[in-house]
Amino acid sequence: MAVVHTPHPDLPPPMISVGVVGWLRRNLFSTPLNSLFTLGSLYLLYLVVPPMVNWALLDADWAGTSREACSGEGACWVFVRLRFLHFMVGFYPESELWRPVVVFGLAGLLLLYLLLKKLPYKSYVAGFGILVFPFIAFFLFYGGLFGLPVVETHQWGGLMLTLILSTVGMLFAMPLGTLLALGRRSSMAIPRGLSVVFIELWRGVPLITVLFMSSVLLPLFMPEGVRLDKLLRALIGISLFQSAYMAEVIRSGLQSVPHGQYEAADALGLSYWKAMLLIILPQALKNVIPGIVNTFIALFKDTTLVLIIGLFDLLATVQASFTDSKWLGFSAEGYIFAGFVYWLFCFSMSRYSQYLEKKLHTGH
Amino acid sequence: MENTSPEQVEQEQTIAIELAGVHKWYDAFHVLKDINLTVQRGERIIICGPSGCGKSTLIRCINRLEVHQRGVIRVDGLELDDNLKHIEQVRRDVGMVFQQFNLFPHLTVLDNCCLALIWVLKKPRKEAEDIALGYLERVKIVDQAYKYPEQLSGGQQQRVAIARSLCMNPSIMLFDEPTSALDPEMIKEVLDVMVDLAQAGMTMICVTHEMGFARTVADRVLFMDSGEIIEENDPENFFSNPQSERTKLFLGQIL
Ligand SMILES: Nc1ncnc2c1ncn2[C@@H]1O[C@H](COP(=O)(O)OP(=O)(O)OP(=O)(O)O)[C@@H](O)[C@H]1O
Ligand SMILES: [Mg+2]
Repeated sequence: MAVVHTPHPDLPPPMISVGVVGWLRRNLFSTPLNSLFTLGSLYLLYLVVPPMVNWALLDADWAGTSREACSGEGACWVFVRLRFLHFMVGFYPESELWRPVVVFGLAGLLLLYLLLKKLPYKSYVAGFGILVFPFIAFFLFYGGLFGLPVVETHQWGGLMLTLILSTVGMLFAMPLGTLLALGRRSSMAIPRGLSVVFIELWRGVPLITVLFMSSVLLPLFMPEGVRLDKLLRALIGISLFQSAYMAEVIRSGLQSVPHGQYEAADALGLSYWKAMLLIILPQALKNVIPGIVNTFIALFKDTTLVLIIGLFDLLATVQASFTDSKWLGFSAEGYIFAGFVYWLFCFSMSRYSQYLEKKLHTGH
Repeated sequence: MENTSPEQVEQEQTIAIELAGVHKWYDAFHVLKDINLTVQRGERIIICGPSGCGKSTLIRCINRLEVHQRGVIRVDGLELDDNLKHIEQVRRDVGMVFQQFNLFPHLTVLDNCCLALIWVLKKPRKEAEDIALGYLERVKIVDQAYKYPEQLSGGQQQRVAIARSLCMNPSIMLFDEPTSALDPEMIKEVLDVMVDLAQAGMTMICVTHEMGFARTVADRVLFMDSGEIIEENDPENFFSNPQSERTKLFLGQIL
C-alpha cells in the first residue's frame, strides 16, 4: 500500500514562547525553583542598588573647591575632581603638563587610526607606533633635549606611570615571549635549554619578589658608580617576568598549528625564520588571542605592585592622597575612581580582542 | 662542479632523482630498507603498496622532509646531506602535494600561491600575482583567487595546492596520495590536472591507489611492502601480470 505524504502547513509558534512574556518565562520562571531564585535576586538588587545609586549619583556632590562643598550624604566627587590631574600624572610639574598630554593625545590618535576600518598604510602606522613612537614618548616625558627641562622619573606617576609600565611590558613581552616560545620548541639543544631555564625561573617567582630583587638586590651587583634608574629596573623586571608568561601562551599557540603547515612551508623552500614569521606565527598568535589579551590584562593590573618599591602608579597615587589632612575620609571615592579606570582599560582590551578574533576569522 | 667531465654532466641532466642503498629508521623501527631507484627526467613513477609500508616516508626523503640514515639520495645531481644549501636548492626545484592539502588557512588562495614567489624567489608582488593567476588558470580555479582555502571544496583546495607548487616552476613534482582525502566526485578534477601535467612532461613521483590514473600516465609502477620495493614494471604488465605473491594479494584487494 502506498503511503502518500501530505506536507504539513507551517504553524505559528506557540504564543508564550515569543515576546517579553515568553522571554521571561523561558529565562527567569521556567521552574518553581528558578522562580524562587529570580524573586530572591530581585529582592537583593532592591536592597543594594537604590542606596548605591543614591550615594554615587543622586546625593553626590560634584561642584566646589573644598571639602565643605560636600554634604556628607552622598559621594564627594569634588575630591576626585580636584585631584584628577594628580591622579593622571603624579608629581609631573604642572608647567610641563602639555608633554604627557601630547604623548597620550598622539597615542590615542594612533590607536584610533589603527582601529578604524579601511584606512590606508595601517602597517606603516603600526610600525611607527611600535618602533618610533616609544622614543618620542620617552623624549617628551623625560626632556633634556631641545631645551625641554628634564623631568626625573621619580616625578612620573599616576595613570601615566601605570600606562608606561604596562605598555613597555607588553612591547617587550610580545617579541621576547615569541622568541622564548620558539626556543622552547626548537630542535637545537642550547636555545631550548636556555628558554626552558629562563621561563621556569621567572614563572616560579612572584612578581613582588621580582620587583624587590630589581630594586634592592640588583644595585648590589652593579659595578661601582653605575646607577640604574628605579623605574628602569622595574621595567626590566616586569618585561622579563611577563615574557615568561607570554612565552607559554604563545607556545600553546604554536602547538595548535598542524604539523602539515610546517611541512608545506618547508616543501616550498621557506627558511626557518620565514616559515615562522609568515606561516606559523600568524596562525599561532591568532589562535591564542584570548590568552594573550588575558596576559595583558593581568599585567595591566599587576603593575599596581610597583607601589611596594616606591613608585607611584595610579593606585598608589590615589592611596597617597587619602593621607592629605584636608581630605581625610574619602577613600571610598578614591578607590571607586581607581577601580573604574582600571576596569575601563581592561574592558576595552577585552572588547578589542573579541573584535580582532572576529576580524581574523577566515572560516576555519 | 669543477672536475666533472662533459659526459657526466650530460648524464646528470637526464637523471632527475637517484636513490642508492637508502635506509631509514624511526628509532628502532626500520621503515626503508635498501631502496634503489633512479628516475629519469620526464619520467612518471607511481608508487603503491599497503598502508604503513613506507611510501610517504620514501617520497618525503626526496625533498628532505624526512632524513635518511644510510645510503645516498641525489636530486638534480645534488646530494641530500647536512648541506643546507643543497636542501634549499632541491626544495626550490621539487614541488610537493600532500594528502591533506596543507594550504595556509590565513592567506587567500592567491596569497598562498604568491608567498614563496615573493619570499623565496624574491619576485615583485605584481609579477608574483601574474604568475600565480596563470597557474590558477591552468588548474581552472582562477575565479576563486580571492577566497580563503576553507571556503573551497576539497577538490578545489587540492588544485590550489598543485598550483601553489607549480608557481615555483619545479622540474619535479611529488604527490603523496593527492586524492585519498577527497570525495569520489572530486577525484576526477584533481586527476585531470595531474594528467595534464604528466602530458606536459613533468617528472613526477606519485603515491596513489588510483589505478586508472596509473595506467594512463605512468612509465613505471613500483610496489612497496614493509619498507622495500618488491616489484616494478610498466603499468600494463604490472597490473595484468604481477610477479610476486604479495603484489598479487595487494592488487586483488584494491582492484
Ligand atoms: N614520525 C614517525 N615516527 C615513528 N614512526 C613513524 C613515523 N612516521 C611514520 N612512521 C611509521 O613508519 C611506517 C611507514 O609510514 P608511512 O607514512 O611512510 O607509510 P605509508 O606507506 O605512507 O602509509 P599510508 O598508506 O597509510 O599513508 C608506518 O608504520 C608508520 O607507523
Ligand atoms: Mg602515506
